[in-house]
Amino acid sequence: MNRSFAESTARERLQHVFDAGSFQELVGPGARVVSPHLALLGLPASFDDGVVVGRARLDGQIVLVAAQEGGFMGGGVGEVHGAKLVGLFQRALLDRPAAVFVLAESGGVRLHEANAGLVAVSEVMRALLDVRAAGIPVVMLIGGANGCFGGMGLIARCADYVVMSDIGRLSMSGPEVIESSHGVEEFDARDRALVWRTTGGKHRYLTGDCDVLVDDDIQAFRTAAIAALPCHRALTLASLEREHAMLEQRLLSFGECSDSAQVWQALGIADPLAVPELDASAVRALKAQGSEAAA
Amino acid sequence: MTDDSSMETLHFEFEGSRRRTDFAPILVGVVGSGNLEVLLEPAAHLRCHIDIRTSARGFGPIWEAVARDFHRRHALSGVNVSINDMGATPAVVSLRLDQAAASLPGLLEGQP
Repeated sequence: MNRSFAESTARERLQHVFDAGSFQELVGPGARVVSPHLALLGLPASFDDGVVVGRARLDGQIVLVAAQEGGFMGGGVGEVHGAKLVGLFQRALLDRPAAVFVLAESGGVRLHEANAGLVAVSEVMRALLDVRAAGIPVVMLIGGANGCFGGMGLIARCADYVVMSDIGRLSMSGPEVIESSHGVEEFDARDRALVWRTTGGKHRYLTGDCDVLVDDDIQAFRTAAIAALPCHRALTLASLEREHAMLEQRLLSFGECSDSAQVWQALGIADPLAVPELDASAVRALKAQGSEAAA
Repeated sequence: MTDDSSMETLHFEFEGSRRRTDFAPILVGVVGSGNLEVLLEPAAHLRCHIDIRTSARGFGPIWEAVARDFHRRHALSGVNVSINDMGATPAVVSLRLDQAAASLPGLLEGQP
């Protein structure tokens, strides 16, 4: 039976993506390292502050792992939550695991802890890049119902490798944020088809912001995670310059498009309006065709 | 000012008969709207302690009834139960408590 990644909790995801019984938690709920801010606002804390970190095995290899719980404050990154992620990345420099995996599900900074959360996000980025610079790959798995937005979206794109499901979402500003700052004519956050066309896994995959597109199935994420183990990409000035050139080219190629379907058309996809109806394997086949056509 | 003036903190204790020792802490549930998390930890005492922090004030008697029912079903001894609640209904609380108890390893009826 298929087990939905989106409908699983952070702990269930860790249990099923990594080797059975291999997960060992660091700073577990019994340690009660909870948010110092939420109680002041009359809000209940969570014993793990919405993120589970630890050590596991993947296909026999030792990896460090983190999973954000979207059910607790939308996976928002608060001070403790961020510090646990930073600690995990710093641990990686000592332990030298085969990779660090982040099962990201977050609306971004936890607004209740605004400044502490913002600082935490920048600290996580720095710690993540230190790990990459040490030659240890960092892999993001994105498929939770809350998506991966705001500061967490930025963190995700700092990683070596991104795996998404078609219902996963990845972006900077969330739909409601865009609508409230630019107006409903610019972006209608209630138009769910538009939201997924713009931020969903298929679009991210077709434009190259995510490396693998999978179905909403924990086994599919596990298979993709194993395949991602040797995925380290050198973090050098040359690689950054290549990425900047790619982004500049993207703006030139698609800057005039007003909808993702136009981007897909410009990418050479024959029937762009059919893309939202396709399953993950069909979208992977589309991309393979597109790159053959380009070659 | 207390550090959490708008949260309610409740504590219940029961004499248990089914002793649990030496298990890794168990966490079930998520602190989301209408939901709660339940943490079970082994304790040196021979009772079942239940500590609740909830955002919904004024439901002490209902919590006590739910806790008493839970203890009637499981009669745990040597266990600390800690709850973070975000307005779960009594039925959801009971289900979460049962889920946590069911996750205890080797729980046998009538163990000393």
